[in-house]
Amino acid sequence: MWELIRANKRKSIILFFCMGICLLLLGYLIGAAFYPKSGGIIGISVAAGLWFIMSLVSYFSGDSIILTMSGAREVTPEIHPQLFNIVEEMKIAANLPAMPRVYIIDDPAPNAFATGTKPNKCAIAVTAGLLSRLNRDELQGVVAHELSHIINRDVLFVTFAGVLLGSIVLISQVFLRSMWYSSGSSKRYRSSGKSGGQAQLIIWAVAIVFAILAPIFAQLLYFALSRKREYLADASGARLTRYPEGLASALEKISRTHLNLASANKATAPMYIINPIKKLGAIGLSDMTSTHPPTSERIRILRSISQGVNYSNYQKAFSAIKGGISPIIPASGIKDSKVIPIRKASVEPNQEHNKKKDAREIGDLIRAVNKFAFLVCACGLKIKIPPDFNKPRINCPRCRRDIEVPLGELAAIAAVGAVIPEDTKQKQANLEPLTYKRKGAGWESVTCSCGRLRQISPKFLGSRIICNDCGRKINIVN
Amino acid sequence: MGMILLFVVLAIIVFAVLFVVGVFNSLVGLKNQVKNAWSQIDVQLKRRHDLIPNLVETAKGYMQHERGTLENITKARSDAMGAKSVGDKAKAESSLSGAMGKFFLVVENYPDLKANQNFLAVQEELTSTENKIAFARQNYNDQVLFFNNKIQMVPSNIIAGMFNFKSQEFFEVEGQEKAVPKVKF
Repeated sequence: MWELIRANKRKSIILFFCMGICLLLLGYLIGAAFYPKSGGIIGISVAAGLWFIMSLVSYFSGDSIILTMSGAREVTPEIHPQLFNIVEEMKIAANLPAMPRVYIIDDPAPNAFATGTKPNKCAIAVTAGLLSRLNRDELQGVVAHELSHIINRDVLFVTFAGVLLGSIVLISQVFLRSMWYSSGSSKRYRSSGKSGGQAQLIIWAVAIVFAILAPIFAQLLYFALSRKREYLADASGARLTRYPEGLASALEKISRTHLNLASANKATAPMYIINPIKKLGAIGLSDMTSTHPPTSERIRILRSISQGVNYSNYQKAFSAIKGGISPIIPASGIKDSKVIPIRKASVEPNQEHNKKKDAREIGDLIRAVNKFAFLVCACGLKIKIPPDFNKPRINCPRCRRDIEVPLGELAAIAAVGAVIPEDTKQKQANLEPLTYKRKGAGWESVTCSCGRLRQISPKFLGSRIICNDCGRKINIVN
Repeated sequence: MGMILLFVVLAIIVFAVLFVVGVFNSLVGLKNQVKNAWSQIDVQLKRRHDLIPNLVETAKGYMQHERGTLENITKARSDAMGAKSVGDKAKAESSLSGAMGKFFLVVENYPDLKANQNFLAVQEELTSTENKIAFARQNYNDQVLFFNNKIQMVPSNIIAGMFNFKSQEFFEVEGQEKAVPKVKF
């Protein structure tokens, strides 16, 4: 583990160095183009200052910015016990010092990301679409992949490299646009230097070319390393769960949908498990400029892992499929030859998934995340009470029963999930049986005190019926 | 001349002391990691013991014909709770795992029980606890491997010998964890 982080660090430092030089050079050239005498120094200091401030901001509040931007809401263990359990399992497997915070994003596109520059203060967010589609093993695979991004320090890399890339793009864009819109004033600068006119013109040309090329170069560097880190996180994830098939089939299910995640953008894309912005039809140029490796390849590598899930086995599977050009796992990771056997699939309690039921569960989940309180009516209907509800009583939409809303305790109820209101509970506890005297031998209707109508057929011979809604016994007397 | 020699000797002594202190501290850190990993396993084992009465209570009403299975679990649990030494503990816990495995196989014949919300919740907790035990054990063995490597390798083995650091035992479960044959797709 530690060797991996160290090797990663070395590569990242080289990348930062290249990108940093790129940024400073850009600043110098632009400054020199505008003010030949001392502009270079000013340009460098402006670029470095921008970089420094943006880095500070994103290091100290990057995770909360990203979580807010993606519309993630923090959840408690009561709302989704399984997700919490899985995150805790992976926390134990990855030996993280603290439990990550868990967030849910209300979006039908299945995806997930992790954030947090330090392992003792990190967060993981999954979308509602992901929860509704994956089973336990698959969800575990996704969570393991995301936590691997944290223990491999990928989040740190994405934060700082992203900021560098952003600074380069910002400066070159501002420069190019100012050129475009104020060509008149720039001509003035160009003609002002009479002695060094020729040299000045060359600097201008170089600055323009560099402003166009630098962002592309930086992006390619950034994306290349980000792709590599995806493979590495897959390898670590498989090692943590000891079950590569879970992650493989999760990736397969996720890639089958073509929904874009509404809250993602190009800067945050490398943090997700699968590229959240899918360009349909633009497959040709996607390889060089994409933040994620092709999903089909990731799945094939995971599935061809045999005999244990340590790093060297992943590297073997990777070389077998990609032709073995460049190693994905740093050499020190390959030394990890400890045999980690692949475990069996866990038993799923309920395999039959009903689409309607799933949709309802996800709806309830999102309402729970949004602090809705659930009151269970005696008829079995879960009534969803929004947090700003202010009427003391409510009629059940199904059986019209009058229910008292405990307004003061809505927040407490929302924290624990569903609650059966006090008055309904009492009613259920001591339901006095009704007695109905039959009038003749034809069809007859019996009205229960809860308001529910029951029809009695002429052929009915029994002495008692039970109300479908409230379970009250109704004795039938001939 | 004498002064330079003195300085050289002093520098070597200071360097040696710093080196010993550094290695000693990292050994203590690793040993604490091992201890911490062991306590993680303990926490999860205790959690499993706490959950079993809930499971038996929920299942009792549905499984009138399976009294034997339920009694086996209860007995295995009390055995595991009574075990004192590490070896006894490992044995009792693995027989408890076996009893639970049998129980979950039998559950397949009781669709009513499988649909019960309480049962599903307890089952999820138990599945997760079993996983946590497995992952905690894996992590414990990883930490033991780090520690043992450190105290057997040159030069840290000298310092480990000086301060009497002993290599730790792995937590192996016999017969249960064999590589599953991989199906090719």
